[in-house]
Amino acid sequence: MKKLVILGGGTAGTMMANKLWKALSNKEWKITIIDKETTHYYQPGFLFIPFGIYQKEDVIKPKKKFYPQDIDVLFIDIDKIEPDQNRVLLSDKQIIEYDYLIVATGSEIRPDEVEGMTGKLWRKSIFDFYTLEGSLALADFLEGWEGGRLVVNIAEMPIKCPVAPMEFAFLADAYFKRRGMRDKVDITFVTPLPGAFTKPVCSEVLAGTLEKRKIKVESEFAIGKIDNQKKKIISWDDREILFDLLVAVPTNMGSRAIQRSGMGDELNYIPTDRNTLQSKVWKNIFVIGDATDLPTSKAGAVAHFEGDVLFQNMIDVISGRTPSASFDGHSNCFIESGNGKAMLIDFNYNTEPLPGKFPLSVIGPFSLLEETAINHWGKMMFKWIYWNAIIKGRELPINSHMSMAGKKVPKTIKTAPA
Amino acid sequence: MSTATIAHKTIEVDQEGFMKDHTQWNEDIARELAKLEGIDKLTDHHWSVINLMRREYKEKGDGPSIRRLTKESGVPIKELYQLFPKGPAKKAAKIAGIPKPTGCI
Repeated sequence: MKKLVILGGGTAGTMMANKLWKALSNKEWKITIIDKETTHYYQPGFLFIPFGIYQKEDVIKPKKKFYPQDIDVLFIDIDKIEPDQNRVLLSDKQIIEYDYLIVATGSEIRPDEVEGMTGKLWRKSIFDFYTLEGSLALADFLEGWEGGRLVVNIAEMPIKCPVAPMEFAFLADAYFKRRGMRDKVDITFVTPLPGAFTKPVCSEVLAGTLEKRKIKVESEFAIGKIDNQKKKIISWDDREILFDLLVAVPTNMGSRAIQRSGMGDELNYIPTDRNTLQSKVWKNIFVIGDATDLPTSKAGAVAHFEGDVLFQNMIDVISGRTPSASFDGHSNCFIESGNGKAMLIDFNYNTEPLPGKFPLSVIGPFSLLEETAINHWGKMMFKWIYWNAIIKGRELPINSHMSMAGKKVPKTIKTAPA
Repeated sequence: MSTATIAHKTIEVDQEGFMKDHTQWNEDIARELAKLEGIDKLTDHHWSVINLMRREYKEKGDGPSIRRLTKESGVPIKELYQLFPKGPAKKAAKIAGIPKPTGCI
């Protein structure tokens, strides 16, 4: 029996388990999936919890429900991977050997990386919305809040779902308007980036969207520490911003197990071939989703597109061929802008998000980089697609490679083939 | 892509002013690029960071992030921001004549 081990049973790991279980004979292959937690979180839903749009029940389900019946499932923490010995050590000293390994250990927020973030104001006036506990605590807080300075801050890049902090600001604007207290809240979006987003055309559109809502932007602000006494965030170059409510997007880092294994970079992300998705060092190790160091968004949609490529390359490698599929950095996401509208962006390593139409059979086309109600319904429908198709490894009517169909290329922008 | 004449040499730069070919770089160009970024004089500390940027780029094909920069150079983050105001990794990369680090996406 050959052994395939998947570390991490979240979005990417579950998807790969389902795809490979279907393709590999259970007489020849033993598949094991290992994760420390028994609950599967629908992470894109965390954003909606503070505003009462989603409840806890909308975003959690038992992980086991989504794994194939006859694979081995271990709910336990990993101590470390020993890639030269082709084995994984678990926290209870068990040793799991593998022929092929898929690392899908994701990324997590690390509020401890910013001085003062986990001080006395943590979850009192400082909240995150990247964990279920954080969004629930923030929902409670917002319900009783009478207004003041709301600061939304990104600590450093890269982060999971780079548009989520801005969506939070849009939804907060709509939420306070609905409650008739928008004039009592001052919203400031504070980012280490030079503008609202990582890519120029999109950044410009989003800057306009923020301005329309009277959301101030402080750019190139790299947070150095938080003063819990005076309630202010202070940048490395000594700029200061006061807050009454700080919605923090802390530093994101890969799993501590990757650090213990000595396989990661300074943020515990694994150096990964950006096209084949193999580890740059060990050819029998594939890496997928947030665990990689790839220069693309950390998001479930990206993991989904990577999944098709990884699947093909895994089959190639175990059949003794060289990997034939190549990932182009395809990323695709809806940006919720409040009041029942959303935008859609679609991009890859070489082509930034552009305006135009995104063709999709049955319900499309969606408008790219433009606020529409149908985009909002696309985003809401995504929850169903996620639970029922994506993590089950089913085919979706979207190609894993980005297409230029429908996109309008501004004259000043250059695009290159992937 | 466009070109710029820096220190009597014509260099190719991208839309954001990063040099397209790091082999065209020399120390005079670095001094001129630094001035364009508002840094009038490059001290020994600046040079040790710039040299580290070039070394990392040659080894890895990408400039280091601020985290890596502080770890490898031993220069505290606070001081990196004093040396290269606003964005140390980006600014030091520009002056070192290497492409924008992908960590700065």
